[in-house]
Amino acid sequence: MPGDVRPGRDVRAVVGAALLAGAMLVALLAPALTSGDPARQHDVVATRLLAPGTTDRFGAFHLLGTDRLGRDVWTRLAYGARVSLAVGTLAVVLSVVIGVGVGAAAGLARGWPSRALLALTDFALAVPRVVLLLLLAALWTPSVTLVVLVLGITGWMPLARLVYGETRGLLVRPFAESALALGAGRVRLLARHLLPNLLTPIVVAAALGIGNAILLEAGLSFLGLGVQPPAASWGNMIAAGRDALMDAPWIAGAPGVALVLVVVACTLLGDALQARIAPQARR
Amino acid sequence: MLRPLLLRATAGLGVVWGVVTLVFLLLHAAPGDPAALLVGTAATPTQLAEERRSLGLDRPLPVQYAVWLGRFAAGDWGTSIATGRPVRIMLADAWPATARLVLISIFLSYALGIGLGVVQAAVGGTRLDTALSAASVTLFAMPGYWLGLMLVMVFTYHLRLLPAFGAAGIDAEFLPWVARARDGLRHLALPVATLTLVGVGGVARFVRGAMLDLRGSLFLVTAEAKGLAPGRVLVRHALRNALIPVVTLLGLSLPAVFSGAVFVEAIFAWPGVGRVLVEAVQARDYPVVLAAAAVSAALVVVGNLLAEALAGWADPRVRSSHAG
Repeated sequence: MPGDVRPGRDVRAVVGAALLAGAMLVALLAPALTSGDPARQHDVVATRLLAPGTTDRFGAFHLLGTDRLGRDVWTRLAYGARVSLAVGTLAVVLSVVIGVGVGAAAGLARGWPSRALLALTDFALAVPRVVLLLLLAALWTPSVTLVVLVLGITGWMPLARLVYGETRGLLVRPFAESALALGAGRVRLLARHLLPNLLTPIVVAAALGIGNAILLEAGLSFLGLGVQPPAASWGNMIAAGRDALMDAPWIAGAPGVALVLVVVACTLLGDALQARIAPQARR
Repeated sequence: MLRPLLLRATAGLGVVWGVVTLVFLLLHAAPGDPAALLVGTAATPTQLAEERRSLGLDRPLPVQYAVWLGRFAAGDWGTSIATGRPVRIMLADAWPATARLVLISIFLSYALGIGLGVVQAAVGGTRLDTALSAASVTLFAMPGYWLGLMLVMVFTYHLRLLPAFGAAGIDAEFLPWVARARDGLRHLALPVATLTLVGVGGVARFVRGAMLDLRGSLFLVTAEAKGLAPGRVLVRHALRNALIPVVTLLGLSLPAVFSGAVFVEAIFAWPGVGRVLVEAVQARDYPVVLAAAAVSAALVVVGNLLAEALAGWADPRVRSSHAG
């Protein structure tokens, strides 16, 4: 069967890393790259809904145009990148901590505690994530902290399953058996022998998870349940551009393209890393 | 054959029970008085007192939990604060629209995704493969609500071809059935296209990977060696085996598809459970939020059971491993 993918430099890694580095730079250097305050409204009537690449009558240049309130879309995009990347990263860090904890505990334990943890994981996997997010966002007041917590708490299950499977696989390997035979405790075995071996699959899952978390954060903000205006987030920018699709498609267009690029970058990096660990399963 | 299915159904019921329990716990952990949350701010003191009594808020938590579970099992899901309608009727009206949207989109995205994956496996490593991979990653990364808005911009605003709101035109009831069916399909087009496109990328990526994993398998070498045409080897031998994990993926991806449907329904004002849920959340209409969460979990559980039955049908080994 045809379908051989020749090994060599991985374009996916290069493209993914470049895109992600670009987004991070924009987020970090937002004050230097933009005209300042993302919530600034100059003269609403004179500067609203300007097309991309126009200079307003006060001499300010708008690379991506302005929105309904005369705010610069590029500035809001750059500051929104801070929210998206920070929320995505923090949420995934939380998911990794919970997922590794639950997965490793289930893998090292025997009998009912192990089964109970696995059943809990399966249960959490069967609940639609967005439904849980909406439920939590409805019961508590929306805020960035809540979004991070909620995304972290609803995203750990794939990691738990992964770590569980890998732990069980590693436990029967000679190095783990020798460590146990030498009298190493379970915690020591986990920290010194298992986790270092699990690092790469965890990083792959985390890369894919960040993309997903960024999409969900934008989704919540889009529905008005995440980052609250006037703070800029790609999700609430898309929501704000919704009723100006005809007159000013750039308001919803720009943050959408930014979202797609960042999530594509995370996916490509995850794929490339995955191919590194398992060369025979190159995708 | 029947016993494993029964076991699965019990596990599914367990998930729904778990969601109802989780909802109960969250309601009690959230700031504020659960009874006040459930009757809304416009309620009279008598209504509030009535709700308190019925929830048994002065009694110990396990008793309250039993009352809550009993009410839920009996189908007493309360009254919507925003609309004043019984929650059960609102959801009974809404779930078929969601099921229709999700089923059609899943069918289309799997049909297209499997086709794309097979083509990619057949031309693996070429420019076409790379281009299709780039396309599927992009679709995979696209937020459904944004894609939906972009489709509305093109097909509704610019081309004036398709409606972007609801499941039927306002005059639908008065149309003869042919025109009514056409109206229904036109309203279905954009929501289904959005949900399908968002799903295609993931399926294509998965199928391509599953096909490539089979490279060099002895049964494929044999099939080639006995002189079968490459296309026949690809479809009859490789694809059939690659489809087994795909059916499993179908079951596992249901929660995600449903999650996508929530956003798509919100964008297109599609009268399904997702839109009921989103509107209820935005209006802090708690009885509706709680019941809609449970109903969504139930829909996903039922879908998972169906997918599992499908997996048993596709792969005899799954059947025997359950029976054994």
